[in-house]
Amino acid sequence: MADKLMTEADVISRLSSGMTIGIGGWGSRRKPMSLVRALLRSEVTDLTVVSYGGPDVGLLLAAGKVSHLVYGFVSLDSIPLEPHFRAARERGGVRFTEYDEGMLQWGLNAAANRLPFLPTRAGLASDVLRSNPDLRTVRSPYGEEELLAMPALRLDAALVHMNRADTAGNAQYLGIDPYFDDLFCRAADRAYVSAERIVPTAELLAAGPPQSLLIQRWHTHGVVHAPNGAHFTSCEPDYGRDEAFQRAYAEAAADPQAWEAFVARYLSSDESHYQETVGATA
Amino acid sequence: MTEVITAGAQRPAGDVGGAATLAEICAVACARAWEGDGEILASPITLIPSIGARLARATTDPDLLLSDGEASLAGGLWAVGDDPPEIEGWLPYRAVFDVCWSGKRHVMMGPVQLDRFGNANLSAIGDFDRPKRALLGMRGAPGNTVNHPTSYWVRRHSPRVFVEKVDVVCGIGYDRAAAAGPTAGEFLDLRRVVTDLAVLDFGGPDGAMRLVSTHPGVTVDDVVEATGFELALADEIGTTPLPTAEELQLIREVIDPKGLREREVKPR
Repeated sequence: MADKLMTEADVISRLSSGMTIGIGGWGSRRKPMSLVRALLRSEVTDLTVVSYGGPDVGLLLAAGKVSHLVYGFVSLDSIPLEPHFRAARERGGVRFTEYDEGMLQWGLNAAANRLPFLPTRAGLASDVLRSNPDLRTVRSPYGEEELLAMPALRLDAALVHMNRADTAGNAQYLGIDPYFDDLFCRAADRAYVSAERIVPTAELLAAGPPQSLLIQRWHTHGVVHAPNGAHFTSCEPDYGRDEAFQRAYAEAAADPQAWEAFVARYLSSDESHYQETVGATA
Repeated sequence: MTEVITAGAQRPAGDVGGAATLAEICAVACARAWEGDGEILASPITLIPSIGARLARATTDPDLLLSDGEASLAGGLWAVGDDPPEIEGWLPYRAVFDVCWSGKRHVMMGPVQLDRFGNANLSAIGDFDRPKRALLGMRGAPGNTVNHPTSYWVRRHSPRVFVEKVDVVCGIGYDRAAAAGPTAGEFLDLRRVVTDLAVLDFGGPDGAMRLVSTHPGVTVDDVVEATGFELALADEIGTTPLPTAEELQLIREVIDPKGLREREVKPR
């Protein structure tokens, strides 16, 4: 099996400005934050980002990396509204495509199955149609129903974070919810998986049953060893959300000067600096 | 027998002997939203609807399914903020959409704005493209309302929430569904709105919101005044039923022994 082990920087070097990037996890849960932080440090910009958004979206918006955001919500869970997202929405200058949560999943499904669209009732009669005038409805060929045609959300790349992976790109979740990480990978031309631990293939089943092997290697183009890589979002059962850090993040995000100091302290250098600084604060 | 008091009075939480507080009256009114729903997923959003849904299953509607708030279906009865006593199923986010779209769910959401025909907003205040105040986003509101029964909980009934037209239609109402054609309205089923003043439904002309009952001590005029659109009135507007002694005991001793509900709803 091919060895796909690489660093965060290797992953980001395979991305380019203008791409459509899907980010796994959900809200402030199991986000590939070390990959997001690497993206912040790069020259890559003008991105279309597709996400069930949390601080991944907030950080990328704050850094001016996003020209188009496709989302169902952006939340920190224990803090309902992502402060950078709120500021960006109110400031403007970014294209916002807001879908119903189920529509987002349906668009990824269409992309994963190489379909141009999938029909759904979700979104009908709502302002999803008004704020996205390109959306169309479709008449059932078998009946009278007029359904919303959710367009495929094809991704150039997907970034996800898992609990365990082997170097070939088989990846495992050990928490209770897979979120949509496998779907993001299947909807993408290239999927990059970071993981808490890289283990030999034979050891994957030591941590969880075969059905916890969510992502198969044929989807995966790169594997990154990223211990604590989801910080400050949760990565159950390896660790929970760092609520104290998240509060500090949200408070800093509300004030430009405080945010500058936050960036200088945590995000100005590389991942090992981040992890050391976070470890020192904990 | 339950002592009857006005909604203006308040007793300390956990006082099982005391009369019902406004928060308890609201929780019971929320519980009634799921009455007769059978074996479906009851999805309460925020505290008072959560107390209501657990109360409904413990009393009138034992077949309801409930989430633990994470990714499991929980059995038994448990306190808000605690872990449930048993797990009866797996319900990750991907399965929630399956349940939604199958119709086997009744959600109670908390909108920031709600209008005469039940359109609900949780996305943004002002113009969508340049909001005065950005909120969470559509979340699941479009898919919920178009697919399965929906009720709403409004913790503070005011003309700022009950507006003539919502700024962004997330949850769809009867007028918008009618304009969009029969498919949009096929499964649209807006059931009940519970507020800190009253209980309302959508039994008015063309599915307009209608006042059904006022909470103890609240007049019809109070509700009309706190509503920013022309409110339909039921033929007989009663007083919202008070909790029974059993319901009070369940709320105070089992579901919310810490009295969190009293911080959520305060008499005016």
